[in-house]
Amino acid sequence: MKTAVKYRIGKSTGFQVLTIVLAFSCVVPLIFILIYIIQAGITKINWHFLVNLPKPVGEKGGGIANALAGSMIIIAVASVIAIPFGILCGIYLSENKTSRLAYWSRLCVDILQGVPSIVIGIVAYFWLVKPLGSFSAISGSAALAIMMLPIIIRSTEETLLMLPDSLREAAFALGMPFHRVILKVIIPCGISGILSGVMLSVARIAGETAPLLFTAFGNPYLSTNIFKPMQSLPLLIFNYATSPYNDWHDLAWGASCILLIWVLLLNIFTKIITRKWKVQL
Amino acid sequence: METSIDNNLITRSENILERVITSTKIRDAVKGIKRIKRSHRQIRAENVFRRTLVIVALATVVLVLGIMLTLIIQSTLSIKTTGFSYLWGKTWDPVRDIFGAYPFLLGTLLTSFLALFISIPFSFAVAIFLGEYYPKGWLPNLLKNTVELIAAVPSVIYGFWGLAVLVPIVRVFETKIGVEPVGVGIFTASLILAIMVIPYAASLGQSMIKMVPSNLKEAAYSLGATRWEVIRSVILPYTKSGLFAGILLSLGRALGETMAVTMVIGNTSLIPKSIFAPGNTMASVIANEFTEADHPVYLSALIELGLVLFLVTVVINMIGKRLTKQFTN
Repeated sequence: MKTAVKYRIGKSTGFQVLTIVLAFSCVVPLIFILIYIIQAGITKINWHFLVNLPKPVGEKGGGIANALAGSMIIIAVASVIAIPFGILCGIYLSENKTSRLAYWSRLCVDILQGVPSIVIGIVAYFWLVKPLGSFSAISGSAALAIMMLPIIIRSTEETLLMLPDSLREAAFALGMPFHRVILKVIIPCGISGILSGVMLSVARIAGETAPLLFTAFGNPYLSTNIFKPMQSLPLLIFNYATSPYNDWHDLAWGASCILLIWVLLLNIFTKIITRKWKVQL
Repeated sequence: METSIDNNLITRSENILERVITSTKIRDAVKGIKRIKRSHRQIRAENVFRRTLVIVALATVVLVLGIMLTLIIQSTLSIKTTGFSYLWGKTWDPVRDIFGAYPFLLGTLLTSFLALFISIPFSFAVAIFLGEYYPKGWLPNLLKNTVELIAAVPSVIYGFWGLAVLVPIVRVFETKIGVEPVGVGIFTASLILAIMVIPYAASLGQSMIKMVPSNLKEAAYSLGATRWEVIRSVILPYTKSGLFAGILLSLGRALGETMAVTMVIGNTSLIPKSIFAPGNTMASVIANEFTEADHPVYLSALIELGLVLFLVTVVINMIGKRLTKQFTN
């Protein structure tokens, strides 16, 4: 072979090797983070850690029960707000593909997806915290619900668009009214896609801190009143990680470990569902 | 005698028959009314359902308009008092009521573009690897899923990890190259951001590269091109706008990212002297100072930062979405 050809082939192989190396080196930081956080956190987690309140600085031990309970409540309330709203909007978009309202609505969903989470926090502050007069878990839930919406709407719309038209037409031919066609035929057929969208949105907001800073605000005590400030896992991690105390860092490592495992499991679970049901998101 | 009984019997049975017939008529009528009522109810339910759908769709539009209006209304105070000097005023001093956002604009731009600069080779490598070299198989699949998991890790965890692991490493690095070893700063924030934004450009780029028509590639191969030459002179030019859209999506993410940056950037309102100096981004200033803002102009100035951030990310995302749509059609 001529040297020019050899050179070109060599260059091609070189580039291929470079691509492979670069592609796989992306994974390295993730693996480092996973290993580091699990190593630092797993030793802190025990029964005591899960059911106790954080102790003041200087005392050993203490747990994160308030943050766990708070996270659950805030996410549950956010889901209650966002899931029906998001699914209904997704239905509208898939049923009215070309109407003018659908165009604007779709545009707004796109915009909503790109809005930085901190901006949503500011808006929730003015919509709920100021009128209600105090920081509250419900305002945090509302902020998180706004962040869930675009994901749920998009996945619902895309799932329903993939269903064949014949399904809808057959149901209409039987004389079923519109709402029963949607609720009894279309939704059950697309439920797996919709559910995985919902789970993905929960996974996305479970670790969100920025919108909660000026809404749920955090609370060192266990609280179940959604109109009062409430602690949540990401807030606790942020507050304790930036504090100068080692005891609090320990709590934050344990909390990070729990949050990380929770979020990753949700994501992996969603992936498995999506693959099993052949849903495209 | 017998005939009378017979007659009696006949009239009675006729009576009974008549009654039966009328009762079935009534029943039918009742049934009919019920059916009409039911279909009325169904039609009403149908209309209510349709109307709910329209209201919900309208509500998303109202929501976004509401967000924008809230930001504009709440920041008018600051727009009025500081005017245009807000954007390039070099000092941010809430105590003396001087609000210039230039240090934060600079910080945001520096961190975001540095992060993009670091992450682009990696995300393009993933995109080319998954889109062209190895589109199928378990190993590429694993890589794809793992890269997507990078986006799933909460940003506060990146921040905490950065604070505990990356900051000391950067400090050592800074002593070696002879700058002031602070550890926290623009450079550290960019490193963390670079990791966080890899998946966005990678996953979009990958799907774009998969869409390159194979006859184009085959034509290039038949002319004797090597794989690298095909990638450089067919695939990359063809997917140019798609890859650019991926970069824009990453940029949008990087600009709005708050927690991880806040935790490692050092939080000073001074103009950063070099990329190793501590600074602040727009999002991190809001996160740090919003609950401390004690007078209306201060609060309003912070919201104006939020407004700028909102507008910039919206424009960037819209351009990105437009490009993607153009490419896929």
